[in-house]
Amino acid sequence: MSTTVVADRYSADLKDSTSASRKRWDKVFLGGLWLSTLVAVLTLVVLILNTLLRGYTRLNFALVSNFPSPFPEDAGIQAAIFGSIWVVVTSGVVSLFIAMGTAIYLEEFADPRGRLNKLITLNIQTLAGVPSIVFGILGLAFVARGWLGWGFSVGTASVVLTMMVLPVMIVSAREALKAVPSSLREGAYALGATKWQAISKQVLPAAVPGIATGSILGVSRALGESAPLILLGALAYVSSNPTGYDSDYTVLPLVILKYTQEAQEEFQAVGAAAIIVLLLLLVTLNMIAIVIRDKSRKSW
Amino acid sequence: MNTAINALNELQPSGRKLRQQRTERVIRVVLACIAASGMLITTGVVVALVRPTVQFFQSVSIGEFLGTTQWFPLYEPPDFGVWPLVIGTFSVMLVAITIAVPGGLGIAFYLNQYASNRVRRVLKPTLEILAGVPTVVFGFFAISFIGPNVAAKIWIFSDVGFYSALSAGITVGLMILPMMTTLAEDAMAAVPKSLVEGAYALGATKRETCTGVIFPAALSGIIAAGVIAMSRAIGETTIVLLAAGSTAYFSFDIGQPMQTMASFIGFAGLGDQPTGSTGYLTIFAVGSMLFVITFGLNVLSRRIVTRFREVYE
Repeated sequence: MSTTVVADRYSADLKDSTSASRKRWDKVFLGGLWLSTLVAVLTLVVLILNTLLRGYTRLNFALVSNFPSPFPEDAGIQAAIFGSIWVVVTSGVVSLFIAMGTAIYLEEFADPRGRLNKLITLNIQTLAGVPSIVFGILGLAFVARGWLGWGFSVGTASVVLTMMVLPVMIVSAREALKAVPSSLREGAYALGATKWQAISKQVLPAAVPGIATGSILGVSRALGESAPLILLGALAYVSSNPTGYDSDYTVLPLVILKYTQEAQEEFQAVGAAAIIVLLLLLVTLNMIAIVIRDKSRKSW
Repeated sequence: MNTAINALNELQPSGRKLRQQRTERVIRVVLACIAASGMLITTGVVVALVRPTVQFFQSVSIGEFLGTTQWFPLYEPPDFGVWPLVIGTFSVMLVAITIAVPGGLGIAFYLNQYASNRVRRVLKPTLEILAGVPTVVFGFFAISFIGPNVAAKIWIFSDVGFYSALSAGITVGLMILPMMTTLAEDAMAAVPKSLVEGAYALGATKRETCTGVIFPAALSGIIAAGVIAMSRAIGETTIVLLAAGSTAYFSFDIGQPMQTMASFIGFAGLGDQPTGSTGYLTIFAVGSMLFVITFGLNVLSRRIVTRFREVYE
């Protein structure tokens, strides 16, 4: 639409609509915008209050120190907390490694208009749009059963979550590398550095805060993800912490799912309390990301 | 003569230089391999889905799959009419879109033209927090709050029970609201300032600028955002699994329980399906449908952005 068309339309509007009706529609419109905003803000407030109200009775030390129990007042989520730590740390570290390699290759080495670069970028976009439950199917077919045959274990869950958070990690690592000014690279070259020396000694250290913030986002995704792990046995009744990658496991989102499905209100309280623990962990992670972002804000 | 040879020798790379060059090349290849490894995942997804899906259709005819309306694949005798899942999926998606698209647009207009910096500084982090809330938490919210207090109150056409597609749809809509907002606002921010200021200079009000200038100029981005939101809503598993129940009825009443393609996969995964059984293969057949639909929508969204983008300057 060109500006002249807009101009024509508005000069026409100005002629045949009274200013009172225009003002009225302005108010209606603004009311609609306020309503939309209110819905978003209220959703967050009500969601948190609703969870607190239902869960505060079980927000005690027994919740985090006990294992599952048929009695709701004894039921705890220790196994899930440790399961989540195992799975999330593993998938975070592995996907960070792959994401860094991919991002460095795409941003520093590959020809930006080359075919391989385009193909890899398209692939990342595709992966980002795959529903998470489909990653569960992939894990079921190749990792839990079939090819790798690792069963329903910490290792299987870690592999699947790694694949799931990879697109987020790659995109943010690329952004972080892009934000490093090329003068830094050129300065290194001018001093006789090779390409890899310039990348490893200059570009990567400068990109660390950006990469750290992005990977914390990815880790938060992994920590809250439930759908693929439903297919991978994480709903099982697990009464011990994982001891290795072949251990049975459960994770926080899945114990929440389980307790939420229970009919007894006391179990629902355990679920709500577990949600509070999960949200606290997520808030802590995000606080760390914000601190890193603010501490390292540089202007080039 | 001798000095000339010496000079030539010095031009030859030293052993250290050669080693360095070799290291550089190895690093490049290793990084390229890591970068390409992501493609294994996509290939893996396709391979994982195709074979069992073919096997599935060897035991269940496509005629039964698409031509009948009973979906009880895990019962004895099983029924494999997929329509209840399709209807469930699109019902939940439509409810979610009805909330997320206008709501997201509204917030985006507000942030783009109305909000003061102070309001923006509060609203943006609020949306970020909302976007970071795990889906299982939304699922709990759906059955403990949205179901009884919202869905049951606003649906006047039938009795809304504990499980309903409406409650699931509303909650999915609220879940994708922040993403819709961010994408729409990005599209609006890309509209050149000169257009917006031109409208104001002609005496247009904020509303007229929003609906008459920003909206049409950002339309391709907004439609693309809407399509992404649809794809997200279709793929959502946990919320629907918790809020919409686990039976697939052939019904158009969103006040009733429904099952979507994604929530069926989750539900079937709750029970341990023996490898190779028809129940196990059903997961893959439905997964293929889900993958094809969401993939198609994502491609469509990218097409819309590249094909219909208004390029200024």
